[in-house]
Amino acid sequence: MTQTNGAIADFPANTDGHSMLDISNLNVYYGESHILRNVDMSIEPGKMVCLIGRNGVGKTTLMKTIMGLLVPRSGSIRLQGKELRGLPPDRRAKLGIGYVPQGREVIPRLTIKENLLLGLEALPKGAAKAKEIPEDIFELFPVLKTMLNRMGGDLSGGQQQQLAIARAIMGRPRLLVLDEPTEGIQPSIILEIEAAVKKIVRETGISVLLVEQHLHFVRQADWYYAMQKGSIVASGATSGLSKDVIQEFLAV
Amino acid sequence: MTPILESLFGGLSIASVLLLAALGLAIIFGLMGVINMAHGEFMMLGAYTTFVVQNALKKTPLSDIYILFALIAAFIVTALLGLILERGVVRYLYGRPLETLLATWGVSLILQQFIRSVSWQLMLGIAIFSALFFGALWFAGKRLDFERIRSWLIAIAIPISAAIAWFVCDILAKIYKLPFTKPWFGTQGVDVTAPRWLRGGLPIVEGYQLPYTRLFIIFLTVVCIAGIYWFLNNTPWGLRIRAVTQNRNMSACLGIPTQKVDALTFAIGSGLAGIAGCAVSLLGSVSSNIGQQYIVDTFMVVVVGGVGKLVGSIVAAISIGLLNYVVASNALKPLISFSPQLTAIADFFASGPMAKVVVFALIVLFLQIRPAGLFPQKGRTVDA
Ligand SMILES: Nc1ncnc2c1ncn2[C@@H]1O[C@H](COP(=O)(O)OP(=O)(O)OP(=O)(O)O)[C@@H](O)[C@H]1O
Ligand SMILES: [Mg+2]
Repeated sequence: MTQTNGAIADFPANTDGHSMLDISNLNVYYGESHILRNVDMSIEPGKMVCLIGRNGVGKTTLMKTIMGLLVPRSGSIRLQGKELRGLPPDRRAKLGIGYVPQGREVIPRLTIKENLLLGLEALPKGAAKAKEIPEDIFELFPVLKTMLNRMGGDLSGGQQQQLAIARAIMGRPRLLVLDEPTEGIQPSIILEIEAAVKKIVRETGISVLLVEQHLHFVRQADWYYAMQKGSIVASGATSGLSKDVIQEFLAV
Repeated sequence: MTPILESLFGGLSIASVLLLAALGLAIIFGLMGVINMAHGEFMMLGAYTTFVVQNALKKTPLSDIYILFALIAAFIVTALLGLILERGVVRYLYGRPLETLLATWGVSLILQQFIRSVSWQLMLGIAIFSALFFGALWFAGKRLDFERIRSWLIAIAIPISAAIAWFVCDILAKIYKLPFTKPWFGTQGVDVTAPRWLRGGLPIVEGYQLPYTRLFIIFLTVVCIAGIYWFLNNTPWGLRIRAVTQNRNMSACLGIPTQKVDALTFAIGSGLAGIAGCAVSLLGSVSSNIGQQYIVDTFMVVVVGGVGKLVGSIVAAISIGLLNYVVASNALKPLISFSPQLTAIADFFASGPMAKVVVFALIVLFLQIRPAGLFPQKGRTVDA
């Protein structure tokens, strides 16, 4: 991996030859309903992988399981070869997974600045003494700079989404997990978010797992997995995404 | 003018005790949705700690300012106990509020009995038991197959440690007799005397003076609230607590160690109970059931105030305190003297217990109108 310029610094390098993320034979239940069925997936270092599928097939369930919010009944999830089973979400964040959940989950009664500082919790030192937000965050999302003292809950949907991504980037993750970052957001902001994510990938070399419905954004990824009723039913390079696949798995 | 001023100060001094007692409970409830029924007993322990510190410093030059050391000691003792309660009991019951209520209520009964019967004998017994039991677990924990033998190890270690502790204490009791077996406090109440500079009172109006102890408690309450606000808003752990209070899952996903946040918050909330206990020990005799007098009132403050906002608790405590005082002291009598009926009603309720009835009735009424309290948090659920 090469750093094209120094704009975004201090990200962990991937050198040890493992896949960034390896999911095998994962089964997840909500109570007695079987949601994820034998899911296999792998993300190579520095790659952007997109998960597509219609509403309710289990995409968010998979993201939550990766983060440790849901406990799988069987199967394994490895981050760079390290088994994540049994680790709580905060340990997984510290291992380098940055999570931008569906619905953004900005902390409403904290300021933008405090929300961003919380992103530092994933670093070994936590948010301990830091008082300043690094400049690279504002290069990605200039709007945030002007409203550092506003409450997170007062932002518009698009601004909250940008804040949620910036917050995840603050923790310098190895793997960025984005769950429908463009859902319910106006087209011009979607393009901004898309550009920011591309810039992050280009300049830091981190891996990205993206859940997305917008074809344009899906095409930015290197590889796709398609999910149906909780199983992975197709995968391939996004360059080879055919009309049929798009018709079948994207709610266009 | 006089009755109004008098009610104001009288009510404020009741409110400050209420608020000090409820503060810790409110913080814990806001973060974890857990009501700690042993909170009142933590206050009681804070009061007894004050008594112990006072006696320890009695004939030293520090005896005039023993109250400062007592505050610190009470905070530390109850904070540590809170930590043990959270790690040992409460954390296994998150998401099950009823079980938590029952379990902490059980702990409150144990603590009451403990304070009545605690003696050197009992303390030594507990120390020996803990040393043997946890020592055995620690020793076995270094073996590889620990997980496999864990349950039968516990089953064996408990009776053996208990038997040894019992045996040793029994022998020592026979040798040293009464000084060793006599309860420290017994069932009688103990009396804390306020330091000299807190005796007397500040004349507010003709015929009414505010005791300095009451003023001290108002001051202490203000300091504690300011301290908590500062801690929550200016320190990294305060930021973490606020984040977890609002969105536990997302906070965890950001890397915040939520278990540590819970433990810390529980310890701080319990420590505040200790400080409150130290304060109420200045107001009268302290006995093992003093916590029972406060837990219901503080619970009301938290419920009326609403979850997750300290401001709610402050307003609730002041309203309840004022109302209580005004009704009980019949302070407004001169203002309603034009109507014999009203005066009769006011006279009827003008006593401590009857004032409580009025306050509780009004609280029930209030909760019918605003079930989520004075300052409901939007978008937050307690059991999330
Ligand atoms: N808390 C829950 N309890 C029970 N079932 C749930 C819960 N959350 C989700 N489900 C069910 O699990 C299935 C998968 O949900 P999931 O949220 O993973 O879908 P999704 O692919 O992310 O959909 P969308 O595109 O709408 O975000 C759905 O059928 C849903 O009804
Ligand atoms: Mg989803």
